[in-house]
Amino acid sequence: MELRSNEPTGPIEHRWEKHKEASKLVAPANRRKYNIIVVGSGLAGGAAAASLGEMGYNVQCFCYQDSARRAHSIAAQGGINAAKNYQNDGDSVYRLFYDTVKGGDFRSRESNVYRLAELSVNIIDQAVAQGVPFAREYGGLLANRSFGGAQVSRTFYARGQTGQQLLLGAYQALSRQIEAGTVQMHTRTEMLDLIVHEGRARGIVTRCMKTGKIGAHIADMVVLCTGGYGNVFYLSTNAKGCNVTAAWRAHRHGAAFANPCYTQIHPTCIPQAGSYQSKLTLMSESLRNDGRVWVPRKTEDVTKRPEDIPEADRYYYLEERYPAFGNLVPRDVASRNALYVCNEGLGVGPEVDGERRAVYLDFADAINRLGEQTIRERYGNLFEMYERITGDSPYDTPMRIYPATHYTMGGLWVDYNLQTTIPGLFAGGEANFSDHGANRLGASALMQGLADGYFVLPFTVGNYLGEVRTLPPLAEDHPDVKQAVAGVSERIRKLMNAPDPKYPPEHFHRLLGKIIWTKCGMSRNKAGLEEALLEIPRLRDQFWREVKITGEGEELNQTLERAGRIADFFELGELMCLDALEREESCGGHFREEHEENGEALRDDENFSYVAAWEWTGNPAEPRLHKEPLSFEYVKPSKRSYK
Amino acid sequence: MSEELLNLTLHVWRQNGANDAGRFETHQASDISTHMSFLEMLDVVNEELIEKGEQPIAFDYDCREGICGTCGMVINGMAHGPQKLTTTCQLHMRQFNDGDEIWLEPWRASGFPVIKDLVVDRSALDRIIQAGGYISIRTGSASEANELPVAKEDADKAMDAAECIGCGACVAACPNASASLFTAAKIAHLSLLPQGQAERRDRARKMVAQMDAEGFGGCTNHGECEAACPKGVSLRWIARMNRELVRAMVKADTPIQRRDRAS
Repeated sequence: MELRSNEPTGPIEHRWEKHKEASKLVAPANRRKYNIIVVGSGLAGGAAAASLGEMGYNVQCFCYQDSARRAHSIAAQGGINAAKNYQNDGDSVYRLFYDTVKGGDFRSRESNVYRLAELSVNIIDQAVAQGVPFAREYGGLLANRSFGGAQVSRTFYARGQTGQQLLLGAYQALSRQIEAGTVQMHTRTEMLDLIVHEGRARGIVTRCMKTGKIGAHIADMVVLCTGGYGNVFYLSTNAKGCNVTAAWRAHRHGAAFANPCYTQIHPTCIPQAGSYQSKLTLMSESLRNDGRVWVPRKTEDVTKRPEDIPEADRYYYLEERYPAFGNLVPRDVASRNALYVCNEGLGVGPEVDGERRAVYLDFADAINRLGEQTIRERYGNLFEMYERITGDSPYDTPMRIYPATHYTMGGLWVDYNLQTTIPGLFAGGEANFSDHGANRLGASALMQGLADGYFVLPFTVGNYLGEVRTLPPLAEDHPDVKQAVAGVSERIRKLMNAPDPKYPPEHFHRLLGKIIWTKCGMSRNKAGLEEALLEIPRLRDQFWREVKITGEGEELNQTLERAGRIADFFELGELMCLDALEREESCGGHFREEHEENGEALRDDENFSYVAAWEWTGNPAEPRLHKEPLSFEYVKPSKRSYK
Repeated sequence: MSEELLNLTLHVWRQNGANDAGRFETHQASDISTHMSFLEMLDVVNEELIEKGEQPIAFDYDCREGICGTCGMVINGMAHGPQKLTTTCQLHMRQFNDGDEIWLEPWRASGFPVIKDLVVDRSALDRIIQAGGYISIRTGSASEANELPVAKEDADKAMDAAECIGCGACVAACPNASASLFTAAKIAHLSLLPQGQAERRDRARKMVAQMDAEGFGGCTNHGECEAACPKGVSLRWIARMNRELVRAMVKADTPIQRRDRAS
């Protein structure tokens, strides 16, 4: 396997333009001769399918949800960055590029990041033209806010539902193409394998979730926009259905998987209330602007009511450890410190599986200083959401928070064209690894999904088709197709007929999640990762022996759907731990306890300034590592410090 | 808030496909924490059913944070259950008491055929949007975003209407099984913005025609839709939709082609 980034050279501000000029095009009259499969209908997939359909290609779009409008992009609250500089505060494409490379802890490709910053401005134009109701000022122009510690106000937002409104914009554009007949939408249809023929991606095998019917779909190329793999942790802020299956099936056919150990943990989520918990809910990071984070100083106080703990016995650990930034330290620092104080036995809240894992986020001081009304105006809807879930009012008692997995920076390795290591297989949005390096900045996920979907993929897909010209027809009864379909059916048969069926699939998912969360979560070390690498295969074997699924394969069967996804999470989880073990440094979302200095992450640019792209070898314990070296011509690597 | 454990009796609608007559089945839910969400309670019941070798209760869910619009069932006769402005996934068990009997049914409307148990087919809503619920703008052809100011008041109102999550509770709650609130919310959102003006008339006519073709009933101002809506989408958008429609019909000179319900 050879990793060729195919990035253009020369001055960074001209690279995308230059690349486009050198690329092949497909003439309008020829486009309808090409069939393109897009899997996923979120910001990246929905935007790509709509744009490609509009250009005249024949598009088949697939999603597991009952409607394209439900993809998990819809849950993004905060906003979307764009270098418009409407606030006249010194923003520019270059500054957004610089912030993103630095925020990614110097583990991303400069050319890709610059293109992302460049396209950010077009996204806002496009969304506004579609009728996305962004927040506006009284003069009627678009409003902005500063987000996630950025020094400029470049974040556009639609109340706390920016993801929803942008997704509905893409969904409406997609609906228009469905009506026009250029896109055929397949809802409640899950991709379960990739069809590779003569070295190129030529189709997918799907299961209709209503009838259980397995079918093959053949095309000239396949685009995966299937989101991230945060649900490997079982508990995360992802939707329950989010899964890695499409990407993982592609990986098993030869698509390299890059940087799986880069996962982002969000510090302010509502903690787990019991072992039955099915997901975690994120609370906006803005709460840390006014809330003070603390735990009791003494372990005997952890069961007391917070109001009964005197000031002197409260440990405001972020303020004490990081006097300059205090409660506003970056996400990873805030998250790790919450982990450490809970490890010391200072966690609060109810005991779940024998542990208390929560810290207080206290608004009492802010309410005293600013008055309850001001706090209500700023955070009213968040306080309401918290009360709905926990039954406690943050006006009366401190919130309890704990970090949770939120986003995965790793994903399928792609070149500058967003093509994976399988020709004809492209990946966009969170499913690829491309732009965020080891850590993603706030309000950048929506930006990347839409940049890939509206502006990069429509172009690079055309370049690919222009290069291959005509592909030989592939019949449904070709052995490559039949074999893929038979493989999917066989796997379902195996899942439905475990030799010693005992437990529902969730039982195993919870156990897997616990291993990954404790040993490959916010803070990792060699011993823990090695333990995880022994435990995961054992649990995987047990899963295949003891998983119990009732009902039939040929009907709507949600237990079967989940079991198939969990089976793939087992293999991905193992790769995450291998990647984390191999990366002997701390960078971004990846913190290795052996590599720190006074609690600060210690990056090792000399030895680890590369993208780790893993090749499937048939044995999940022994993937092959390929390295794409990273070079920084514009943003010189520097050290992060928040002391 | 302190945790209590509840023992509940569930009467759950079980139906194997659109052609099955369906029936209520009774299940016990024991030691349910008041901190559980409603769907987590069903998860617990389902895991027990699987361990006993029985089929779990099928229900739709995804984000479990009240925004994707996937979940929804009628709980004790109320779409999304007893708590106002709350989707089923955000409903928590502290809203119930020990010993309660809970009746669970799917959205019932001829426009929403049952797929299995509490899972229904809402693709009719997608087809209403496909009929015209968009602004036709080619990717890459948009002009500079701030070239066209939008009065803050209009932008805010458009956002109010755009909050719809497409869950279908309005249809389930309506005695006529009307999809008026859903359709009106999109017509209103786009008609309030300057970008939406060019297609304004056709959009209203096409979307309403599609709503009728899907077998949804008409609006007779019961107001149940607004009461059931987890996002508080207002009934006044239906009045606006009717004005849009009248406005469009006065000027219309070509009939709208009614399309049959797909599949």
